[in-house]
Amino acid sequence: MSLQVELEQHRNTLIVRLRGELDHHTADIVRFKIEDALLRGRCHHVVLNLQELSFMDSSGLGVVLGRYKSVSSRGGKLVVCGAQPAVKRLFELSGLLKILPFHDTERAALAGLEVVS
Amino acid sequence: MSGRDFMKLAFSSRSENESFARVAVAAFVSRLDPTLEQLQDLKTVVSEAVTNAIIHGYEGREDGIIEVEVEIEGDTVSLTVTDQGKGIEDIELARQPLYTSRPELERSGMGFTIMENFMDEFEIDSAPGAGTRLRMKKRIESKKALYN
Repeated sequence: MSLQVELEQHRNTLIVRLRGELDHHTADIVRFKIEDALLRGRCHHVVLNLQELSFMDSSGLGVVLGRYKSVSSRGGKLVVCGAQPAVKRLFELSGLLKILPFHDTERAALAGLEVVS
Repeated sequence: MSGRDFMKLAFSSRSENESFARVAVAAFVSRLDPTLEQLQDLKTVVSEAVTNAIIHGYEGREDGIIEVEVEIEGDTVSLTVTDQGKGIEDIELARQPLYTSRPELERSGMGFTIMENFMDEFEIDSAPGAGTRLRMKKRIESKKALYN
């Protein structure tokens, strides 16, 4: 598979690490795994670590926007960290860069959330 | 580099072929020695165009045919992506940023906006029932030129 999804729970936060390429073909698995983990676990917030994500297109934007909506509707926060320049440009173009908090590292993202919760 | 240099691919409208198409185009274009950013832009554009053909043109049917043609002339890359799917009803509406005809699929509606932004020229030729052809051009500034 061209995309790997790693999930880890840290207190009330679900950390999602994506490795590989996020496109229309791989979007469903990301959507399913995050929603499934949120339904089963006690996670309130989501940290999306994109450090190892080498490619993303607008299908990826759709998935991130969708998770932002579902996490927000439950009163949680979704933050993004480690996005590479090409990936970040797409967030910028779509306006998501203004809506979502972006951090350089996973540690900074988690620290940001602990101030929030 | 001078003269006409082109390649043409035809493949089935399966989502697995999105990554195949962008890798194939990137490999072909790499002879121009593009920067990493330009190569990423082209890969993203190919991905958007092929994904549109699969989702909107063929509405998820896997037996459609998608054609991708790339032509290199001097330092300019011409990319054409064609499907024989259902075509676009309202091209102006489809080009609006954030517009999607399939909100239930969690689409971002950014496909055409990305293609227009990442390419120098962008043209849609489509009619209901007659498929869609996207024609795009991008000038590549090779890394060699930057360094010399």
